[in-house]
Amino acid sequence: MENTAVKKSKGSDFLGKLLRQQLFIPVAALLILAIFNLIADPSFFKITLGYSSAGQPVLSGYLITILDYGSELAILAIGMTLVTAASGGQDISVGATIAIAGSVILRVLCGTDSRPETLQTSFLVAFLVACVVSMLFGAFNGILVAYFKIQPMVATLILYTAGRSIAAWINNNELPIISDPTFAYFGGFIPGIPIPTPFFIAMACVIVIALVLKFTNLGLYTQAVGINEKSSRLNGINPKFIKFLSFVILGLCVAVVGLIKVSRLSSINYSVIAKDIEMDAILAVALGGNALSGGKFNMAASILGAYVIQFLTTTLYKFDVQSDALPAYKAVVVILLVVLSAPSVRQKLSGLGKKLRVKEVA
Amino acid sequence: MSKKSSGAENSILYRLKHMTDTNKLLTITIVIFFLMYIGAIVFQGEGFLKPQTFLSMLNANAALIITSCGMSLVMITGGIDISVGGVVALVSMCSAVYLDYHNGSILGAVLISLGIGLAFGIVQGYLVAYLEIQPFIVSLAGMFFARGMTTIVNTNPFNVQNEAFVALKDTRVIVPGLGSVNKLGRYVDAYVEIGVIVALLVVLLMFVILRWTKLGRSFYAVGGNSQSALMLGINVKRTKFLSHLICSLLAGIGGFVYFMHVGSGSASHAMGMEMNAIASSIIGGTMLTGGVGNIIGTLFGVLSLSTIQNIVSSAGLDQAWWTGITIAAMLCLFLVIQSIVMARKKKSVQA
Repeated sequence: MENTAVKKSKGSDFLGKLLRQQLFIPVAALLILAIFNLIADPSFFKITLGYSSAGQPVLSGYLITILDYGSELAILAIGMTLVTAASGGQDISVGATIAIAGSVILRVLCGTDSRPETLQTSFLVAFLVACVVSMLFGAFNGILVAYFKIQPMVATLILYTAGRSIAAWINNNELPIISDPTFAYFGGFIPGIPIPTPFFIAMACVIVIALVLKFTNLGLYTQAVGINEKSSRLNGINPKFIKFLSFVILGLCVAVVGLIKVSRLSSINYSVIAKDIEMDAILAVALGGNALSGGKFNMAASILGAYVIQFLTTTLYKFDVQSDALPAYKAVVVILLVVLSAPSVRQKLSGLGKKLRVKEVA
Repeated sequence: MSKKSSGAENSILYRLKHMTDTNKLLTITIVIFFLMYIGAIVFQGEGFLKPQTFLSMLNANAALIITSCGMSLVMITGGIDISVGGVVALVSMCSAVYLDYHNGSILGAVLISLGIGLAFGIVQGYLVAYLEIQPFIVSLAGMFFARGMTTIVNTNPFNVQNEAFVALKDTRVIVPGLGSVNKLGRYVDAYVEIGVIVALLVVLLMFVILRWTKLGRSFYAVGGNSQSALMLGINVKRTKFLSHLICSLLAGIGGFVYFMHVGSGSASHAMGMEMNAIASSIIGGTMLTGGVGNIIGTLFGVLSLSTIQNIVSSAGLDQAWWTGITIAAMLCLFLVIQSIVMARKKKSVQA
């Protein structure tokens, strides 16, 4: 009798440990979504090897779509996690800054001619210019947040409204089209490789950030600033600079996503490109179990969260939900997540869990 | 005070120095508004001299005035609400669908608007005040929820044909004594829409509440320092809850006023209105950090904003992007001013 009780409490201990793991939330969400899809329609998981119009092998299927578009989110989630951890707020201007970065790339490639026969420079130069520009915009946000002490979301609200206007202004409201087929590689497929390129780009970003977190103090310092700004300053960290840096890094991530986004279309649509992506990026961070009020973070969980969000989006699309209506469903998910992670709700839940355990033992 | 200062100028300077933050920021706003309007008259010509230009500005921005009042209240209490634009769009779409597809009455549409506002207010207020979730996250979700719901209710934008509503929409309240003679030599009366009267009533009511009632003062107390407000025996959670409730309710009213002005339902209505409302409040001297603000300032904030828009469009820069960029630039400027004022205050307190 006693033995079974001990065993049971051990079992619930294990469960408790599992629940406390940060990766538990995104993995659980992923499992729920996968099981739901498996029951509703198993063809969701079908992957077929087809041939593109150019005769190159490409994989297609819902899972590949998730891998493709989730990679954009994963890149954004890297920067957003750092910003969230350091400043305790989120950057809601990422969608607009993506539009700016994309616009800059097209502008540099096309010059003033919107239907160029030959490109002005190489892709690398255009991309580097876009990186610099979007890091500058990140720095603008960072200065407002770190040095003028404006709440991150209000500071980034400025670019959230002005960003798309600036993007349109950069190209004089024209929509340049790039006819060079190699430009489409970044957002599509490289000939001979059936896996979408954005996935490789995302993996490269993940490896870079993993190395940075491993070999520099960035992660530690960021968490220290997020947990307690004053004490981190007393310990010799410059909290202003760390906050500023996190926004600049996010700017870099934004430039990469901007490249992928314009490459998909070989053109740009200022009002639609990366619409509502800020919500997805914030959701990815929240779903990764990171506190939206800053402090500790888990990068792997955020990245996994990004793919889970894309899984959710694709599932909703499959059930014929209109793209404009998607935010309503995602908003419900956000609210559920933040309510569940609210301290007062957590206390009540753990109290409930304890009561159950006591009953079990009895 | 008058004994200490010798001349009139000295006394003004003294007063300026020792003003409360609320009054200081309010003065800045009103001065800037008048400077801008005079500048517009001087550089843009006669158009701005006509009373109707000013009244049209009011007509177009009645909804913004109402939502900005709610926004100021939330910001004074130390929170923020970016769902107002979405609520306005949702309200106008629901009212439009109810009036046209279900042959509803005006009263029913008004009740729907108020109901939507109340529902948003209760949910968001509860989440912010009692579960202590960041107001930004809550209202960001609220904004996306409202926008998404608008599409779910009806996808395509459409104009309302309901007769009673069209009659109400076209009702013009003539302002006596402000008419002007048009190019053909006929005398044209100056008019405002019903929405403007609603907006002015809301401003008056909110001003009275914030200035002279216990509830109004408790909003300032909670926003200024919620710890000491708690010590004073103010129910902090309830105050925060009420601020969000009133803000969303005003967004509901603003939604109906907006609907009366445009007369159609569309998912893209009131895009960026939350930004304009926040910008108006900040320009009007409401501090993001809470505890400082004034409804009259907010009114002038809205007027400044629409004056700028008018100047931009009459200067020939009517491409859509200029409006966004100018408003963002103005918001940025005022945010920096506020931040500097706060930093100075902190220094003087420390000294």
